[in-house]
Order: sequence, then structure tokens, then C-alpha cells
Amino acid sequence: MSSCLNIEFGAAAGKPLPAKVKIVEVGPRDGLQNEQTIVPAEVKIRLIDMLSEAGLPVIEATSFVSPKWVPQMADQVEVMQGIHKKPGVNYPVLTPNLKGFQAAVKAGAQEVAIFGAASELFSKKNINCSVEESLQRFEEVTKAAKAQGVLVRGYVSCVLGCPYEGKVSPEKVAHVAKRLYAMGCYEISLGDTTGVGTPGGMSEMLEAVKQEVPVDALAVHCHDTYGQALANILVALQMGISVVDSSIAGLGGCPYAKGASGNVATEDVVYMLHGLGIQTGVDLHKLMDAGAFICQFLNRRTSSKVSQAACKL
Amino acid sequence: MGSIPSAVKHCLSYETLAQDYPWLARWLQEEKYGAICEFPKTVKIVEVGPRDGLQNEKEMVPTEVKIQLINMLSETGLPVIEATSFVSFKWVPQMADHVDVLKGITKSPHVKYPVLTPNLRGYQAAVEAGATEVAVFGSASETFSKKNINCSIKESMLRFKEVISSAKQAGIPVRGYVSCALGCPYEGHIEPAKVTEVAKMMYDLGCYEISLGDTIGVGTPKLMANMLQSVMKEIPTSALAVHCHDTHGQALANILIALQMGISVVDSSVAGLGGCPYAPGASGNVSTEDVVYMLHGLGIETGVNLSKVINAGEFICQALNRRTHSKVAQATVKS
Repeated sequence: MSSCLNIEFGAAAGKPLPAKVKIVEVGPRDGLQNEQTIVPAEVKIRLIDMLSEAGLPVIEATSFVSPKWVPQMADQVEVMQGIHKKPGVNYPVLTPNLKGFQAAVKAGAQEVAIFGAASELFSKKNINCSVEESLQRFEEVTKAAKAQGVLVRGYVSCVLGCPYEGKVSPEKVAHVAKRLYAMGCYEISLGDTTGVGTPGGMSEMLEAVKQEVPVDALAVHCHDTYGQALANILVALQMGISVVDSSIAGLGGCPYAKGASGNVATEDVVYMLHGLGIQTGVDLHKLMDAGAFICQFLNRRTSSKVSQAACKL
Repeated sequence: MGSIPSAVKHCLSYETLAQDYPWLARWLQEEKYGAICEFPKTVKIVEVGPRDGLQNEKEMVPTEVKIQLINMLSETGLPVIEATSFVSFKWVPQMADHVDVLKGITKSPHVKYPVLTPNLRGYQAAVEAGATEVAVFGSASETFSKKNINCSIKESMLRFKEVISSAKQAGIPVRGYVSCALGCPYEGHIEPAKVTEVAKMMYDLGCYEISLGDTIGVGTPKLMANMLQSVMKEIPTSALAVHCHDTHGQALANILIALQMGISVVDSSVAGLGGCPYAPGASGNVSTEDVVYMLHGLGIETGVNLSKVINAGEFICQALNRRTHSKVAQATVKS
């Protein structure tokens, strides 16, 4: 009978929630990349240092893409070399191709990330090549990374829907995730890029991906564009996922829906996880301080509801 | 219960088990038939924007705007719309026009329009104004009860008893609310047993449905599950609703857990109307648009037309000159 007692959260699978969840903080890269204001390197560095002090185990520091495409990340080398790398914390950087990878390693990167898509149209519009072509590019990166002992994290975007194609089949997501895992990515982050997903779609997609990639190697990257992120994350936890991507202060709007929100706020995720009795190693107060810092600089309100509510009774 | 394996049925404590773990019957069915849909097929949404929402808005909303809002909501398919509150305008000036609102709205035959009635006097005024359903507001926290309605929980129950007695005679259904179900701004943590005690009192008095409110939105899914597990031992799941505030962004996750546990009535507020009086600048009620989006995405029927709700939300936000709290509306309405 004991397995049914685990359904205190009502999950049909009856699996208990993970005792620990690793949070991958994507604010300094995914978040800032989508902000209009160009943030000076010293502010980015200070933000990352504050996030390191908050106890986050992984902080995506910057992106080695061409500054032509992403001007916000033009100071990639300066940021990479300027941050205080806290022992025990990983600082992955995005590397879209071999050239970016080489520049990243030269600048001191010990972990990199590559970005695939589960949608052909999105792949073409976003990185100007088909899904298959992108996977071939990535294979060059993973080969080089393996040779140099550099870890590689894989992202799959549009896992619950595509702004161009609409519905995306779970099988397609599983296929791309499997390829990335097979070529050497230690972890695959499944991204609801436009935040359209709801818990039913999330569980359907995860069921398909779990057939191909071990659940311990999976992460969810939920956008909160339609307010569904925490519910989607909860379902993912119920299905055994124990790595969650989020962005301090919910940095990063949605390029596909003007005025809408994007990334889920790290503060709100941590609040939920701690409320569930799940350990994260994160100090919520220090996290909120980091959020306040960057929002003050950007001169905009935090997207985190926990931070908004912080002026309590 | 017909499909329960006979071996389990004959187990002496099966009835106790079924009572302690209300999902047991569903789990056993699942074991026999494979995974079943873990969510209810339909969810009834109780729209509280015009009352709970507007009550917490600083701006005084003109009567005709309230009426138009309710009329627009009546066209969306929402089955229940809390129209107004028959409290003294001294306490809640926003609701001073309760008679005009209740008499002014175009009542759709498919919609119920409950109104809040804190005591017998309010109830009588409500009935005179044409109310056909009322609601009473209890609290799981003594301190909140005293500060909010100026009496102890016990005293409030006596007041409600009067209302419910009269309502019963007139054939008027009464909905009960229990506030601070997941935490109190004054007392902090609230024991699930206390929530159960108050909910049961109201149910036994005659409330047909009990809405359990996370008044300051501090709850997280585990707290929700623990609280519901306790309440569901005393009150049938079909008579329970959840009223989640989104002050800490937890509302949809809390609602999801509640649905997984069999709850099929959810309160929400168009455009997330109504801030949090205990955290200035914070949000309050969960947005109806965001709830409907999630429910429809889960394949759950609500009877609600999401676009029409978004339009109603747009209307009231324009009237209030403020941005919607609904993320769905933010993402779909071109700014």
C-alpha cells in the first residue's frame, strides 16, 4: 500500500517528489539576452557574483554567439574572465558552433551548452539551419569538448509548442533529446520556449522523452508567458525531474509576444520547492537581493511574485 | 465502488482506509484498469472578480461599470458570478451600490449570482434586492476573524446559523468560505485540523459548498495537499472548492494539486482583480483567464469561452486604468 500513500500529490505514477532539486540559473544569459537595455559587463559580473553567493549550483554566465546576432552578449570574454568563480558552482556558456566553443574554452569555460530545437521552422528561423544540420554542427562541438574534458549541456527548444509550427509532437522532442544525449550531452534541458504548455502536455512530452533519455539527465526550462510555469514544473517533479531552469526576477521577456513575460522567476520556483520540503541549497533572501539589484539597474519591476510580495505585513 | 477488488473490500478497515485516503477508490480502479484520467472531466469556475476582486481595488468603480462587467461575464459561459456584497458600506465602500448592482444586471438563466451576506440583516437586504444565492465568510484563524469581521469564529458561526436558517426556509442555497486555509497574516501557520473544524461547522450548518481560501497566497502544493487531505475526511470532495491567491505565484500549482485530489470547483477573478491588502503592490486573486487556459490545456471542460473572458478583463482594466494581472491576457492582447 505504501506506493499509494505517495499519491498525496495525486500523481497517477505514485512517484514521490525528489528530495533535492538542482536549479540552473539562466538569468545572466537567457534572461539578459532578451532584455532591451544593454547591460554593462561590470553589472553582469556583479549579478553573477551575487547569484553565486545565493547558493545556486549552476549559473549560465554568457553566450559565445556572434555579437552581430546578440549584441547583449558582446562582452562575453570580459564577463567570463571577470566573474569570481565560486568553488562548487558551474558556469556554463552557450556555444552555437565550433568557433564559439573554441573562443569559450580560450576564455576559461569548463562547461558549454548547445541549443537544438524540436521544430524545423523554429530551427530555420532561429539559427538558420534545419534540425539535422544543427545536430551535425553540435556533434563537432561535443567531439571537441570530449577531447578537452569540457562538459556539454543540451537544450531542446519548443518542446510544448512552436510559435511557427504550433503543436510539436512528443516523439520529435524525444528524437532530438536522444540525439543530443547520444552525442555526449550530460543533461538535456527541455524548453517550453513560448510558455504555451500546460501540465497535460508537459507530462505527455516527458513520458515520450523518458523512453529515450534517463530521467536523471533531464531538466525542464519553463516559460511563464501564460502563467503555467510553476504548474508545469510541479508535474515535471511528479514525474521524477530534479533539475529546473529559471531566471532571477523572471528576467527576459518573450520575443514572440510583446509585453508578455518569459522565463519563470527563480524566486518563485525556490519558494515552491522549499514549501514542498525540497532542498535546493539556495538562500531565498540573497536571491531576492540579486533580483532587486538587477531590476534596479534595468529600472524595471521584478517579474517575481515572491519579490513583489516581499514588502510584508 | 463496484470495481474494488473483493479481497480489499472484505478487509476490515477498508471503509476507514477509504475515509482516510479519499483517492483510494480511484487508485484501486487505476490498478485494475490501467491509468485513468487523474483530473476531473469538468470544473466549475466561480468568478469572484466583481465582488472579491473589485472589493480590493482602491479605485471606486461606478455602478454602471460593475453592471457592464457582470453582464459581459454572463456571456462568457461562466456558471457562477459573485455579484456583490451586502456588507455595510461603512466597512466596504466599494460595495455600497449592492442593491443597484444586483437589480441592474441582466441575469442570464444559465448563471448563478451569489452575494455575500455577513449577517441576517445583510441577508434580508439581499433577498429583498432579488438574491437567489448567498455566501457567508468564516475563517480558520481566530485573530483574522476578530480583525476582519470583528468577532470570534464561534460568534461568526452563530451569525451564519441565523442566515442559513432563514435561507433554508426560503429555499436559498448558501455557500461557505473558509479564509486563511493555508496561512494567516497574523497567526502564520494554520493547522489543517482547524480548517477542517471550521469547514465542517459551516457544512453541517447547511452550506452546500465550502470554498477553502489561501487568503494571502502563501500556500504551496504540499500545504494544499495536507489541508485538503484533512478536510476531505469530513466533507465530500464534490462539496469543496479552492480559492487560491497568487500573491507568491503559487496559485496554479496549488490548483493543480487540488484537481489531482478530486476538487472540481475553482474560484478565480477576471484579470486577477483584487490586490493583496496585506502586501501592498502584490497580486491577489488568481486570474480566471490563466486558470481557464490551464484547465482547457488539461482537456477539462469548463463551458467558458476564454476569448470572451479576456475581453471582459480588458474592459475592466481599461475602466480601472491599470494593467491586467493575467499572463494569458498579457500574452494575447496586443499592447
